[in-house]
Amino acid sequence: MAMVQPQSTKYRVLASHLGMLAFIAIVLFPLLMVISISFRSGNFASGSLLPQNPSLEHWYLAFGLPYTGEDGVTTQPPFPVLLWLWNSIKVAVVSSVLILALSTTSAYAFARMRFAGKGAVLKSMLIFQMFPPVLSLVALYALFDQIGNHVSWLGLNTHGAVIVASLGGMALHIWTIKGYFDSIDRSLEEAAIVDGATTWQAFRYILLPLSVPILVVVFILAFIMTIMEYPMASVLLVDTDKLTLAVGAQQYLYEQNYLWGDFAAAAVLSGLPITLIFLYCQKWIVGGLTAGGVKG
Amino acid sequence: MDDNLPPPPETVATYGPTTMITETLSSPGIESRHFMIRAFLKWGALAALVGMSLYLILALYAQREFVFAMLFLVLTASAVMVFFNRKLYAHRYIFPAIAGMGLFVIFPLMYTIGIGFTNYSASNLLSFGQVQENLLSRTYQSEAVRYDYELYKTNAGYIVHLKGKHQNLTSAPMELEAGETTAPVLPLSGQPRGEALGIRDIIQLRELLAKVTLITEDGRELSQASLRSFAAIHPQFSQHDNGSLTDNQSGTTYFPDHETGFYRSADGETLSPGWTVNIGWDNYLKVVSDPTIRGPFFQIFVWTLSFAVATVIFTLALGLLLANLLQWDQIRGKGFYRTMLILPYAVPAFISILVFKGLFNQNFGEINLVLEGLFGLRPDWFSDPALARTMILIVNTWLGYPYMMLLCMGLLQAIPKDLYEASAMDGAGPVSNLFNITLPLIIKPLMPLLIASFAFNFNNFVLIALLTGGAPDIIGASTPAGTTDLLVSYTYRIAFQDSGQNFGLAAAIATAIFLVVGALSLVNLKLSKIKV
Repeated sequence: MAMVQPQSTKYRVLASHLGMLAFIAIVLFPLLMVISISFRSGNFASGSLLPQNPSLEHWYLAFGLPYTGEDGVTTQPPFPVLLWLWNSIKVAVVSSVLILALSTTSAYAFARMRFAGKGAVLKSMLIFQMFPPVLSLVALYALFDQIGNHVSWLGLNTHGAVIVASLGGMALHIWTIKGYFDSIDRSLEEAAIVDGATTWQAFRYILLPLSVPILVVVFILAFIMTIMEYPMASVLLVDTDKLTLAVGAQQYLYEQNYLWGDFAAAAVLSGLPITLIFLYCQKWIVGGLTAGGVKG
Repeated sequence: MDDNLPPPPETVATYGPTTMITETLSSPGIESRHFMIRAFLKWGALAALVGMSLYLILALYAQREFVFAMLFLVLTASAVMVFFNRKLYAHRYIFPAIAGMGLFVIFPLMYTIGIGFTNYSASNLLSFGQVQENLLSRTYQSEAVRYDYELYKTNAGYIVHLKGKHQNLTSAPMELEAGETTAPVLPLSGQPRGEALGIRDIIQLRELLAKVTLITEDGRELSQASLRSFAAIHPQFSQHDNGSLTDNQSGTTYFPDHETGFYRSADGETLSPGWTVNIGWDNYLKVVSDPTIRGPFFQIFVWTLSFAVATVIFTLALGLLLANLLQWDQIRGKGFYRTMLILPYAVPAFISILVFKGLFNQNFGEINLVLEGLFGLRPDWFSDPALARTMILIVNTWLGYPYMMLLCMGLLQAIPKDLYEASAMDGAGPVSNLFNITLPLIIKPLMPLLIASFAFNFNNFVLIALLTGGAPDIIGASTPAGTTDLLVSYTYRIAFQDSGQNFGLAAAIATAIFLVVGALSLVNLKLSKIKV
């Protein structure tokens, strides 16, 4: 607007800037604090935001290296953080690939084919995705206990179980991909089918190459969601070297064994990559979250 | 055959059209071979999968796990139906996703509702058959038939030499390291060969000796009773035709009570373990009538509701305000603000919640250090119920406002700008703009998202589990219950944290939550007017 603004607007703008900066300072305080704490020596040290005598002790431990302090005492890393991170990534990558493959094919059927019960299935998927799996943990536990008696790599305390269990949450992704498919003109596929392509070929060679952006979004979304999954992994996984990061990280802050500094370094080390991925992809993720989930 | 071969290169160069013809001739052969390989792979994979699940079904059936056997039977049957019936071609695409949902969402939901009507818990974990088997396999060692023994080491293995009142018995040499060992014992006069071991060696070998069963000539079984003696083993219980069990040691008779799932004697004594039985609405009645459960349950229910409502209001208010500021033309540096403001959303929640747990710590937490420096206060965030709840709301608002902000930014863009210009003409300020233009226009598309957010926070298990774990505890509760527990974390604690592991009660409460969530999602479906 090229209008002349009243004097009061200037102050309002200034006030808004100041207000937002103050708010951001409060919001960022915990995050900056953790970074600062990860460089302090000892687990109970206090001090200012910029550590006076920075130490890399917690970072050594977070990377799984024993640390020898100035007093000559060697500390062993308390928990295998890198192993947990690796477990998390392994589980998340495999589940995201499976989720992507299965929800893309289903979304294709929902977007392009006519069949009995389509509307009912789509609607009930929306309803069932609101039921949190934490409420049926007893049943899931019993289910994997039973399966594990016969198929050992899918039983309790295996990554297979966590991966397979994540396949229950595909409804959101199916809706997201279906929404994208709906927005692509179907005449190209129809032309291909007229030329003798099968339905599968029309899907594989025409629709899929056009949908790469949404597939990337869904992959990242599924990846982040599985990395952050806590309740199911906390019940299904037991051994320390099997845990995912989300389940293992809390062990730093037990009342009896309070490792605040070590936690800070591990948190920054493991949280940073996920945060950066999220920030980098935020434009697409936000679009997927707001448009795909509930399209009104 | 010759027609199918591609022509030599010179011919291609000279006679272009010929290549075209030979190509069209040759392609069907190659394609059908491809097709055959693919079909072979496809059916092979399907057959392997069906074979695997048939094995699983049979194994489950053999173990009398009928519900699970049925589940996999239904799943396999529908897979076969979908993949063999050409009419269900479209269903092939959706089958894996639907099966995944059925197996990991719908079946657990049904199963949980079912468990809600049983006494499934740590004390009633097994089925009736498994309990019978367990009890009948128990043994006790006789006081009457008891032998002192000596252990001899020979080249062939260890020999147990039992000293009876009338005669001595000696076993054949045994390899103790092999684990479970059975050996016959025969009468022997005089000393066995080999070197007698002292008590110190016997102590070292005692775990291996515990696995030894000796069988006498008349078929009686003996096992190690103490470091110095072996005694005869008797079955603890003997079963009668009417299903009752008699304890051979005490002579008490126990009758199976299928109402409570325990073997019960005439004077009310029960045997553990018990088995799982259907107890109807008892779990629900317990929630309503037992004051040690009713009190905490309603307290937690009210807190859950207020927590979810407060979270939605706080995050929405903050998110809307920030979104409005970010939409304002006069503000520069929007990209910077936006990135900074969604940072809490980008950090994985399980990390930021734990960060807050540390920052709020009463003794070492940075927040209390700041408060003490400024006001001389050191609030006890984790032991005082009101403070703990305040902390939870602060943390959850921090976690949740970026999502609301992003939603509002999307919706605000859809509002036509000239509305604001018109109101500016009329001299309206930002507040009246908000209530007269912005809110009425965005509330309708926002409503389903707010309900979804309410439902999510109603069940925000991760926040409570990682931040307070429900603490501080409610006094006088018979189940683990905390003042900051939400209904979900309450059911989780009843099922997995309590020593009682009362799965039945937990499932009953979970069923109640299912009803709430189900109602919410139906309302949501109506409101968002989804077209499929």
